[in-house]
Amino acid sequence: MTAETLLDVKNLSTHFRTRLGVIKAVDNVSFVLHEGETLGLVGESGCGKSVTALSIMRLVPSPPGRIVAGKIIFRGQDLLTMSEQEVRNVRGRDIGMIFQEPMTSLNPVLTIGRQLREPLELHLGMTKNQALRKSTELLQLVGMPDPETRLNSFPHQISGGQRQRVMIAMALSCEPTLLIADEATSALDVTIQAQILEIIKDLTDRIGTAVIIITHNLGVVARYADTVNVMYAGRIRETGSLDSVYKDPKHPYTVGLLNSVPTLDLDADARLEPIRGEIPNLADLPPGCAFVDRCDYAVQRCQEEDPELVEVGDLHYGACWEHERVARNLPGVTV
Amino acid sequence: MISGTEGTIAAVDIYEDPPLGVRLRKLVATGWSTMLSNPNLLFGLTIIAFMVVISILTILPTATLVARYDPTELALIDRVNAPSAEHWFGTDTLGRDVYSRTVHGTKTSLYVGGGVAIIVTVIGVTLGVVVGYNRVADNIVMRFMDGMMSFPTLILALALVAALGSSLTNVIMIIAIVDTPVMTRVVRAVVLSLRERTYVDAARASGASTKRILFFHIMPNTLAPVIIQASIFFGGAILTEAALGFLGVGTPEFIPSWGNIISSGRAFIRTAFWIAFFPGIFLALTVFAANLVGDGLRDVLDPRLRGEE
Repeated sequence: MTAETLLDVKNLSTHFRTRLGVIKAVDNVSFVLHEGETLGLVGESGCGKSVTALSIMRLVPSPPGRIVAGKIIFRGQDLLTMSEQEVRNVRGRDIGMIFQEPMTSLNPVLTIGRQLREPLELHLGMTKNQALRKSTELLQLVGMPDPETRLNSFPHQISGGQRQRVMIAMALSCEPTLLIADEATSALDVTIQAQILEIIKDLTDRIGTAVIIITHNLGVVARYADTVNVMYAGRIRETGSLDSVYKDPKHPYTVGLLNSVPTLDLDADARLEPIRGEIPNLADLPPGCAFVDRCDYAVQRCQEEDPELVEVGDLHYGACWEHERVARNLPGVTV
Repeated sequence: MISGTEGTIAAVDIYEDPPLGVRLRKLVATGWSTMLSNPNLLFGLTIIAFMVVISILTILPTATLVARYDPTELALIDRVNAPSAEHWFGTDTLGRDVYSRTVHGTKTSLYVGGGVAIIVTVIGVTLGVVVGYNRVADNIVMRFMDGMMSFPTLILALALVAALGSSLTNVIMIIAIVDTPVMTRVVRAVVLSLRERTYVDAARASGASTKRILFFHIMPNTLAPVIIQASIFFGGAILTEAALGFLGVGTPEFIPSWGNIISSGRAFIRTAFWIAFFPGIFLALTVFAANLVGDGLRDVLDPRLRGEE
């Protein structure tokens, strides 16, 4: 990719203050997104994917959440130092967002048209008339049958897949330069998922929008992303191009994730290997690597020292002391 | 760039708002058909409309048509007459025609009920939405409201009447003051749950300001409980006015209201039941109708309960 840098997240840390202590939901996360690029953000539930997205939108619920450090440079400007008013102009205008639950992300008492119109009137200064016209076009683009009638429908009158189409239309209505899709298809049927993803890909390609796909579904990432960030316990553990991360994983967590996905070339009698154990308590992380208790490659050093991201290949970074053994697939030396 | 349907817009522009006359006619038509489909609402509205018509007639020079007698005219010879062709609802202890007084009292009671319902809704919803969203305002306003709610309603109203004097306007203001904390609390509770919904996040993500989210996205969702609550306050205010009248501190005696008529008949309920009975019937009927209308309106106005498709 030689495109311009669109989003540059530098050392972002977002913490939540709870009764159990401070939870470092996002801890020192850095990544770069270029214009028109698609970035996959993968990991288990509770690993900080969504909080990263909310931090970029400056929508972290506060209290208890707080962005404690870092910079989010979007088109040369730090979103974190902007005033509320300035951020509001970015939201919806330059950065669109699609949420996980299509059932609750539309206001139940307002018509589809009323809600679609809002960002258009707010950001592009359209009149009601113009905005309604544009809304019909948008609904047509996302494959909504009978768009004119649908403008007067209420959210409960359309299906989950159609609601997600409306959400996409809303998020892309102002032709943003960045779209964040937070588990946008996780709540939908598998068949609908594919349709929705195709629509997102098609439209963002046409507008030239960069996309951050947040998902726990590695298949989705494999199909759509250019680069992949693997997150675990609030940190990026491995990052690189889709090919390098999928074909040549350097972090045991990535290996574990990939092994737990069924593939067609898997032997008929082979078993999927889930990652053993569960995510550690984020409020009480071990001093060493957060993944150590679940890792097949762990050595003594992993218990004591937390590995930083190091270059493990061409534009490919991993945070593992034993990445060479991981690359050569030599597990077993346990502590 | 996104585009692709240029030129497909039909000759009749569906996005253009039709002229006002057409819109009004459509509104009336849909209103009428929804009313017919909801018998409770129809029944409630009929009674309220009947009461409103009576009130209007008693304000205009047509008063003698519906009321026959001057409601304040004393006729000491005709004291405590039982209902008859001459005095349909009988006469009270001062010889005043109970029928005329009841009919004239209608406007007072509707005025009180309507006034209180409107004041409480406007103030209660605004405050409730704001405190439901803002923690600092919440602490300040709700502690004050809690303080007010810790007084028994009627005692507080009594104290306020004693302090401010009893005029019709004062009665309305006082009942509104007493009821507002309840409305605020109801709205606040709804807002507290609504603000966590994803569509509020989605609205923020599309750049809506807090003010816009509060009054455009959240407030319409409070409609159902607010309407119910307002209809309860409408009926409740008429009852409270009656109770204040009953205690002798309500609407002044020279303005007939159902409350003070019932109050003036309370001592004679065993010997002259008609003095309290007939205005009591009017009162009960109106309160009942108000509750029916509230229920019906909620069903009609909430798109989720409308049962379309």
